[in-house]
Amino acid sequence: MSLPAIPSGFSGDFKSVSQLSASIKRPIEPVGQYFLAHATRTLRGHTWSEFEKIEAEKNVTVVDESNGDEEFNEDQSAELLATDPRHWKECDLYAVLGLTKYRHKATEDQIRRAHRVQVLKHHPDKKSASGGLDQDDFFKVIQKAFETILDPVKRRQFDSVDTNADVPPPNVKSTYDFYEAWGPFFESESRFSNRQPVPSLGDSNSTKEEVESFYKFWHNFDSWKTFEFLDEDVPDDTANRDHKRYIEKKNNNARKKRKTEDTKRLADLVKRANAEDPRIKKFKEDEKAEKAKKKWEREAGARKAAEEAKAKEEAEAKAKKEAELAAQQSKESGKKAKEAAKNAKKKNKRTVRSAVKDNAYFGDESKTTAIDADIETLIDAFDDVTLGDVAAKLTGADSATAKQVLTTIASELKSSGKISSLKYF
Amino acid sequence: MATIGIAFGNSTSSIAATTKEGKLEVIANPDGDRFIASALSYVGEDEYHGAQAIAQLVRNPDTTIVNFRDFIGLEFDSIDFETSSSYSKVSCKPVKGSDGKVAYSINGELISVDEVVKRHLKQIKLAAEDYIGLDIEGCVISIPTNFTIEQQKSLISIAKSAGLEVKQLIKEPSGALLSHLVSKDSLSEDKIFVVADIGGIRSDAAVISVRGGILTILATVHDYKLGGDKLDDCLVEFFAKEFEKKYKCNPRKNERSLAKLKAACIVTKKTLSNVQTSTISIDSLADGYDFHSTINRLRFELVGREVFSQLTSFVESVVLKAGLETIDIDEVLLVGGSSNIPKLASNIQFIFPESTIISAPSLDSKLPNPNELICRGSSLQASMIESFDNEEIEESLQPIIVNTQHIAKPIGIKGSNGEFIQIISRETAYPIRKSIKLKTESNDVFIELYEGERTIKETVIESEKLSDDEEEEDDYSDEEPDVVKELVYIPGQLLGQLAIRGVGSGNEVEVIVNINKDGKLQITARSGEVVVKGEI
Repeated sequence: MSLPAIPSGFSGDFKSVSQLSASIKRPIEPVGQYFLAHATRTLRGHTWSEFEKIEAEKNVTVVDESNGDEEFNEDQSAELLATDPRHWKECDLYAVLGLTKYRHKATEDQIRRAHRVQVLKHHPDKKSASGGLDQDDFFKVIQKAFETILDPVKRRQFDSVDTNADVPPPNVKSTYDFYEAWGPFFESESRFSNRQPVPSLGDSNSTKEEVESFYKFWHNFDSWKTFEFLDEDVPDDTANRDHKRYIEKKNNNARKKRKTEDTKRLADLVKRANAEDPRIKKFKEDEKAEKAKKKWEREAGARKAAEEAKAKEEAEAKAKKEAELAAQQSKESGKKAKEAAKNAKKKNKRTVRSAVKDNAYFGDESKTTAIDADIETLIDAFDDVTLGDVAAKLTGADSATAKQVLTTIASELKSSGKISSLKYF
Repeated sequence: MATIGIAFGNSTSSIAATTKEGKLEVIANPDGDRFIASALSYVGEDEYHGAQAIAQLVRNPDTTIVNFRDFIGLEFDSIDFETSSSYSKVSCKPVKGSDGKVAYSINGELISVDEVVKRHLKQIKLAAEDYIGLDIEGCVISIPTNFTIEQQKSLISIAKSAGLEVKQLIKEPSGALLSHLVSKDSLSEDKIFVVADIGGIRSDAAVISVRGGILTILATVHDYKLGGDKLDDCLVEFFAKEFEKKYKCNPRKNERSLAKLKAACIVTKKTLSNVQTSTISIDSLADGYDFHSTINRLRFELVGREVFSQLTSFVESVVLKAGLETIDIDEVLLVGGSSNIPKLASNIQFIFPESTIISAPSLDSKLPNPNELICRGSSLQASMIESFDNEEIEESLQPIIVNTQHIAKPIGIKGSNGEFIQIISRETAYPIRKSIKLKTESNDVFIELYEGERTIKETVIESEKLSDDEEEEDDYSDEEPDVVKELVYIPGQLLGQLAIRGVGSGNEVEVIVNINKDGKLQITARSGEVVVKGEI
């Protein structure tokens, strides 16, 4: 089927000629995925392209990234390849199958595929073809390993003693980052847990609950680890039953002992990790700080009252001291003023007396005694103010003025009745 | 919690469920039956269900209820028991109940048909729960195409009272076709099907067009008198005559003898579908005489000749009712227990042209049991809608979504030789988008969009003489030359023309035709970077 060429006389891109014939309305059957798609389109009002886009987004399947069976074709050491099949239990069964990358995580499908890869590589037919007979030793080991790893019970027994999958705990004497050193250890131990999921060690940001639940989990660790794999082979023959029982008993005891030892080992390590955990220390410190803070807060009321009382006391003491000081000061200043007034009075008195003497008793030398007596009477009669006034007037005054002043004041005092009579004035 | 599919028939019911592994499984009841007889029997204090109830038809026909499905939700007076329904004559007779509907009188007690259906569905639910081991909460039940709205409503409420939430009711032919197409992974192929459901006491046929995975029923016919039961009656008559001749006593006059004979004939009929010869053996059939006889398939086909021809014409009638010819039918799907009969398939094969595929177990042994198709379809639908809320399902079943416009004529483009290259088939529901990739013959190409006209191309095949073997075979048809009719569409009404330039000769052009919900047609031609669009 192909398309014809454009006939001559046709121009443009598109020409609509006629309408579709009348459609028929019929009910469609509401069954099947295409109907559901139709219903969805109609309900949501999607166009075809929109709908296809939505559907296309839904139907994305993730491509399997694994590179086939090639990954199981691991290099096996010469030592491993030379394993005596009688001692198959002593070798790393995962290495035998080429599953060292996965170990206890390998799925049944991976085990089967890995086994096939190993069989293809080590089949006796292939070995004998390249020369030499009886080259089936390693093949026997492969078969044993496959049997063991494929059987879930036997696989657990092997996994229990698969030390190659273990991550050692950090060396006590070395310095290390807590999370980097202990994280992988706990992760590797967690594969033995009957309870899943196992809480992870977390990091420095883990909450207290997380850390606590982590250690709680590990303190009560429920392990499925068994040690049947290390059993001494029980003799098959029925001839010596006593010996058989003896071996069985020995095995049982050995298992128990190993289990106890393992439990103890883990318990000790968990204890050690707990003791080393920087978060626990931090939480303790935080707790302390918190406690202190709480206490501080709890006592806030009492402390405030005490402070207030103290402040009040201080204020009172201060006020008292100030008052005392003020009182003393005022006392002292009163004394001084008194003294000053006294001095001034003395000075004024001296001025008054000297005014008489300096003016040679106003020329009346003969009446010296009378004048002195009068002056003394006047000075005694003067109050402080009058004394000051008189002294000021007499200072530097000549004899006439001085006489005048003294006479005036004497007459004033006489009239006021303060003195009775004077001899001179 | 699980959602199951139930095919609820007059004769048998079956259950299918999707297992945890995602596999669809038809569930067997505790008796081990995958086709659980829709029958209930009351003997003394005990209730029997399924095959155990059918076994009671011989001893206790008056307290054994069969073939009750069609009576759901119908008024007793509206049923014409002579023409529009057939039920086993040797069983409890339907009577008018207190609510005017059908009821059955069991030991003087009236049991309404609703109650009978409820008890039957409860047994079905129990069987499914026993098998799956989970609580059954939802189900999809299949119903005949002519079930009325009232009948549907009463079925839903009855199922609810039996503890089953009906997520959806689907029609039997569409369920069967869905399961058939999904199992063949050909749901997206555009084809016209005839789904012929030949059941126990009635037959239904439907013409269904499948367009882009969407099923549309074009026509349906029903016959309440035609079915496997009729063939059983033919066998009964045949053996009764033989018995009468041998022992001079009539087994038909005694109800118990008749029931025994019928039960044996059903087994014989089923056996004959698989092997050429079958025996029938009944202890003390009548008057203490044991009966033992054999019958071969050819004899059976002769005995049931009339019924077979009725069935064939019945299937033909639905094609005519759809306004089509047998040449328009791409495939005939036989459903129901009686479809196992090889003669039926070969008869139907005969009336359809060679290009029509007949899907029947006798012609293709790889097909699943035709009796399972409906329940498988129901279960498929159940698993598909399981995750939806009831409101979402209800919303999807609204008339606005279900009633869809269908294009009357095919749409296609004219090829370089003037031929019609179909893009969208007729009877396709729209909105639809389809695309086609075509080669170009020149740098600039011309796309003419046409509606197709249906024509019948007749080719006369000359008998070729190639080898001796073929020569002998050809002797039969030498009288008249073989005329092979072929359905061919030619370009009719031109819709639009589109030119796309500079695509380069020998390149591919993708033509996309999109009809939106308003009936607008958009055409896009694309080749690499060159895109031309047009709208009609």
